[in-house]
Amino acid sequence: MKKILSIILAVAMLAAVALIVASCGKTSTVDKKSIKIGLITLHDESSTYDKNFIDAMYRALEDLGLSKDQLVLYTGVDESSACYDKAKACVNQGCNVVFADSFGHEDFMIQAAQEFPNVVFAHATGTKAHTANLSNFSNAFAAIYEGRYLAGIAAGLKLNEMIESGKITAEQAVMGYVGAYTYAEVMSGYTSFYLGAKSVCPSVTMKVKFTGSWYDTDKEYTAAKSLISDGCVLLSQHADSYGAPNACEEAGVPNVSYNGSTEAQGPNTYIVASKIDWAPYYEHMINCVLEGKQLEKDWTGTIATGSVKLEAVNTKVAAKGTQEAIDNALAGFKAGTLHVFDTNKDNFITVGGEKLTSYKADVDFDTEYQKDTEVVSGGYFHESEYRSAPYFDVEIDGITLLDRAY
Amino acid sequence: MKTEKVKNDPLFHVSKNDNLPRWKAMLIRAGAVLVALVICGIMSVILIKENPFKIYGTMITGAFIDIWTLLKDIAVLLMFGLAVIPAFKMKFWNMGANGQVLIGCLCAIACMKFLAGKVPNVVLIILMVVTSIAASVIWAVIPAIFKAFFGTNETLFTLMMNYIAIGIVAYFSFSWSDGSGTIGLVNYIGSKNYMAGWFPNIGNKYVMIILIALLVDAFMFVYMKYTKHGFETALVGESVNTAKYVGINVKKVIIRTLILSGVICGIMGAMFAGSLEHTVNTSICGSKGFTAILVAWLANFDPLMMLFTTFFVVFLQTGAENVSTVFQLKSTDYSNIVVGIIFFCIIGCEFFIRYKIMPSQRLKDILSGKKTRSAEKKEEA
Repeated sequence: MKKILSIILAVAMLAAVALIVASCGKTSTVDKKSIKIGLITLHDESSTYDKNFIDAMYRALEDLGLSKDQLVLYTGVDESSACYDKAKACVNQGCNVVFADSFGHEDFMIQAAQEFPNVVFAHATGTKAHTANLSNFSNAFAAIYEGRYLAGIAAGLKLNEMIESGKITAEQAVMGYVGAYTYAEVMSGYTSFYLGAKSVCPSVTMKVKFTGSWYDTDKEYTAAKSLISDGCVLLSQHADSYGAPNACEEAGVPNVSYNGSTEAQGPNTYIVASKIDWAPYYEHMINCVLEGKQLEKDWTGTIATGSVKLEAVNTKVAAKGTQEAIDNALAGFKAGTLHVFDTNKDNFITVGGEKLTSYKADVDFDTEYQKDTEVVSGGYFHESEYRSAPYFDVEIDGITLLDRAY
Repeated sequence: MKTEKVKNDPLFHVSKNDNLPRWKAMLIRAGAVLVALVICGIMSVILIKENPFKIYGTMITGAFIDIWTLLKDIAVLLMFGLAVIPAFKMKFWNMGANGQVLIGCLCAIACMKFLAGKVPNVVLIILMVVTSIAASVIWAVIPAIFKAFFGTNETLFTLMMNYIAIGIVAYFSFSWSDGSGTIGLVNYIGSKNYMAGWFPNIGNKYVMIILIALLVDAFMFVYMKYTKHGFETALVGESVNTAKYVGINVKKVIIRTLILSGVICGIMGAMFAGSLEHTVNTSICGSKGFTAILVAWLANFDPLMMLFTTFFVVFLQTGAENVSTVFQLKSTDYSNIVVGIIFFCIIGCEFFIRYKIMPSQRLKDILSGKKTRSAEKKEEA
């Protein structure tokens, strides 16, 4: 028994050595026909978050004239060493670049990047690339706060419409928000959404509930229900299931969505959705590998790169003039005159009634989570400039956190 | 009235079958796998619209994409299986391997997190192993004590202990994180104590767990077959009363056996922390603690047979995953369905191993074209 096993082990070791040797002799540029791309996702198509990543990859392949067979796709990969194993499997199948989509995948991707220096590893939403000092590991995100702000404008106009029609008073303009964790990515998202609404509806306030999970249909549904019974007249969410949109449709409460349109779930309540389109990044990433160019440590997609997108406005639900107001703000972003986290504007971003003039954010990763970088200057909070993943985690006036989930 | 009764004569008689020879049992199991593969083939053709042999081929190549990963996955599942078999042999249904491993891993990670840099690395590693084993033993022994002294149901108790462990781990993976709910690899990039508490690699990072699993396997084989303890465990499983009559302290045997389970889980937890994961979260065990039950059952609680059953189960899982990848199904459902069908058939076939199915007189009559008794009765009437 043991003899057979030792023989198996010996053969396995030889095979592994052969593979490692084989993967070493690569040149820096890659042929378009032979390039292979690995994609690792946390869940599968049933999650709006992962679907967004998967769909964008197929679009990117089509845009670049690559075939479907050049993609190695692993879905349902846990945030454990399973991610490292799958990254390794991608390399074994000849991938030149591997991309993972979930925050918890990051360290395992770094492990793979250390082991396979000739393969490029890229990771969405991560925070460590600019400090990890690996030439083949990169982070990417998008300035989604700009998209949230635009969606917030649509929400604010809807509230104005409700106030004008006498449905609610100006003080009753309370929005609800279902968030995953009390974490910078979520906090930056709901704050920019709130500021978008506030830019057109000054009396708006917001209540936030957290589910403590990125994907949990039941929890998101119940959180939405409880916000509605708490007097919230419009909802948005940053969690990946259809829980909140479904609850809104049932209660007839307008909903501003994320990751993609949920019009199918809520034809009578869905207003608009902001989302990150990953195709521009994928194309950039693949082109860099093809040309043998170094990928940026941090890449932040913007409205200009086509990474931050707004789905079509549902005119059946949205207030009149929504599209025009969004287009105006969009022009402001493109011209660089409009900033989401504008700290100069009166009655806009205040903490305890005071304007925010200075703030240190935790930009560089360390185990003590130290706040290390000054991010307020020139009259606004510089979100996603010092690294791609968001770091705005200020609790501003007008937003009440009903609970917390760390 | 009487004719009605005759008419309802069953077509089959089912009776308990204790003396089925081993080769026949294996033949039935092999048949079940074959049936499962045929069902999977039909399903695959309908869903993926591909040649079933191409799909089977994809499964085989998929399992061997990375031989070390395959061997590591086998070794990990084997450890979970070895942790449950001594208790199972005693008919103590330990459903709690997941929780026992998880709590051990958590304690080892706590050592890595808080003692790194304060004690020498060798001491740190020893402390990790010791605390992990201690925690796992405690987690395994609590239900054993309740079973031994109060006769509580161990299935529910161990299952419940899993959820408590998951809750505790979920709590710490939040409170040790930066708010994202993910603690990441401990003592890694960005840490002052770079790689403190990481077990050394023998060759590559998977060799150690493979060797440990083989050693534990050999130990369990000897323990269960050739030692007094192993014999006592088996006897308690056969009949508690017989065991008591020959003077075995049943309570002691139950507790002792679960301590052994806990030790194996503790080793696994320490391996997760120090060698494989370097982190802890609720998903590191997956459903291995439950798959291990299937593996153990298939192997008839024999550690040597388990080498093959774990290989078989891991091979199927990895292979089915590869089908999803190669055919770009964009979904994890396919592999779950395939593995589910195969498990269903294998577990279902146990019925045919444990029970004999005999055709009744009525069926024999029908088959041989004879008039059935009911028909005769009717004619008489």
